Amino acid sequence: MSKKNESLGKTVFVVVALCLVCSVIVAGAAVGLKPLQQKNAALDMQRNVLDAAGILEPGMDVVEIFEQRVATRLVNLNDFATPETADGKNATQYSPRMAAQDPDLSTNLSKSEDIAGIGRREDVAQVYFINNEQGELQTLVVHIRGYGLWGTMYGLLALDSDLNTIRGINFYEHSETPGLGGEIQNPRWAANWEGKKVYGDQLEQVQIDVTKNATDEAHDIDALSGATLTSNGVENLIQYWFSDKAYGPMLDKIRKGELNNG
Amino acid sequence: MASSKEMKEVLFGPIFANNPIALQILGICSALAVTSKMENTLVMCIALTFVVAFSNLFISIIRNHIPSSVRIIVQMTIIASLVIVVDQVLRAYAYSVAKEISVFVALIITNCIVMGRAEAYAMKSPPFMSFLDGLGNGLGYSFVLLVVGFIRELFGSGSLFGTQILPVVSEGGWYQPVGLLVLPPSAFFIIGGIIWVLRTFRPEQVEPKE
Repeated sequence: MSKKNESLGKTVFVVVALCLVCSVIVAGAAVGLKPLQQKNAALDMQRNVLDAAGILEPGMDVVEIFEQRVATRLVNLNDFATPETADGKNATQYSPRMAAQDPDLSTNLSKSEDIAGIGRREDVAQVYFINNEQGELQTLVVHIRGYGLWGTMYGLLALDSDLNTIRGINFYEHSETPGLGGEIQNPRWAANWEGKKVYGDQLEQVQIDVTKNATDEAHDIDALSGATLTSNGVENLIQYWFSDKAYGPMLDKIRKGELNNG
Repeated sequence: MASSKEMKEVLFGPIFANNPIALQILGICSALAVTSKMENTLVMCIALTFVVAFSNLFISIIRNHIPSSVRIIVQMTIIASLVIVVDQVLRAYAYSVAKEISVFVALIITNCIVMGRAEAYAMKSPPFMSFLDGLGNGLGYSFVLLVVGFIRELFGSGSLFGTQILPVVSEGGWYQPVGLLVLPPSAFFIIGGIIWVLRTFRPEQVEPKE
C-alpha cells in the first residue's frame, strides 16, 4: 500500500467517488426496473383476488381470467357514489392502502371506532365484482386489513352472492410470527372460513367469532393456537370492516341491487 | 497472467477442497433459511454467486486506490450496491420467489463469504483471478445449498421444483413426508452429513486432535 493512499485528500476522494458511482447504479436499477415491478405487483394482487374467490387454479392465465370474470370498481363508502376514478387513478390502478395514508382521501378514526387498529380508513373502497356466466353477481371480494401482533395484516375476503356467506379469505401480507400467527396465511386455516356467515339471520350485527371454543357452526372460527393476539386481530378487523362504519351499508345497497350494474 | 492450473484451482478448489460452508463454516444462516424449496435455493445461489464474483472483481480493480483506513466501508458499499441491484432485478423478473427470499437476499450484505473473500483475496489479487475466486466460492456455496435443498424438498414435501415426485399421504399417495425436513434446523443435520462425507474422502480436512 503506497503512502499516498493514506492521505486525507485521497481518502475523501475515493469515498466520494465510490458513493457517487454506486448511487448512480442503484438508482438506475431502481428506476429502470420500476415498471416491471409494478406490473408484477398488479399481477400478484389479481392472483390474490382470484385465490380469495376460490377460482385460482395452478397454471391458469391469471391476467386473462381476471379480465374476463372480474370487474374492479370503486365505491365511496360515505355517499355510495361509484366514481370512475379516485386519487386520479382508475379502478384497477387505485390503491386503497395508499389512499388511507392521504388525509384528503381518508377519514380519521376515533379510538372507539378504530377496533381494527388501522388509524385511517380510505373514503373510496376498491371492490371486485365477480359475475357468473349469466352476468349475475356470484362473488364479491373486498379488501380487509387490521393490526395483529406485530404489524398490519392485509387480506382479501370473498363473499357469496348473499353477501353474508364467506367464500374465502386470503391474507397476503403480514408480519406475524412464522409458525404461530403466520399461519393466517396457511390455506388449511383459511379453509375454516369457507361457508361461515359474517352476519346473523337478520343481517344486523357481525357475528364472526375467532375463538378457541368454536361451537357456533355458522359463525365461529377456530383460533390459531399460540397466537391469541393475532386471532383477536383477525376477529377485530372483520368486526370493523363489516360494521356500519365501513362496508356494512355498501353491502346493504348491493344486496338491494343498487350498486351492481355497470 | 496466472497459469491455467492456478486458475482451475481458484475456480474449482472451493467446491470440494476448500468449501466455504463445509470447511470454513461460513454463510450457514442463509443455508438454513432458503433451502426448503429448490426454486428458492437456486435463485439464492445465483444471487450470491453473482454478488461475490462481482464484488471481488470491482474491489480488486480499485484495490490499489483503497485507503486502508476505510477499506471495510468501501467493500461494504460495493457489496451493498450489488445486493440492492440483485434484489431489484429479482423483484422485476422473479416476483414470487423474490417475495419469499427477499429478506435473505438483503442479508447477503452481511454474508461472511462475501466479506471474507473481499478481504482475504480480492484486496491482494488481480481482477480476473478475484472474479474467478468469487465465482468458485459462489459455486462451493451453491453446491452445498443445492444438495441440502434437494434433500429437504424431496423428502420434506415429496417434490422437486414444485413438481410432485413422491405422492404424499395427505393427497392420497403413499409417501409420508418427514416433517422435520421442512423446518430450518434440519439443514444443520444435512450440512453435518455433507461435512462428514467430504472429510471421509478428504482426510486432510480433518483438524488434528488437540
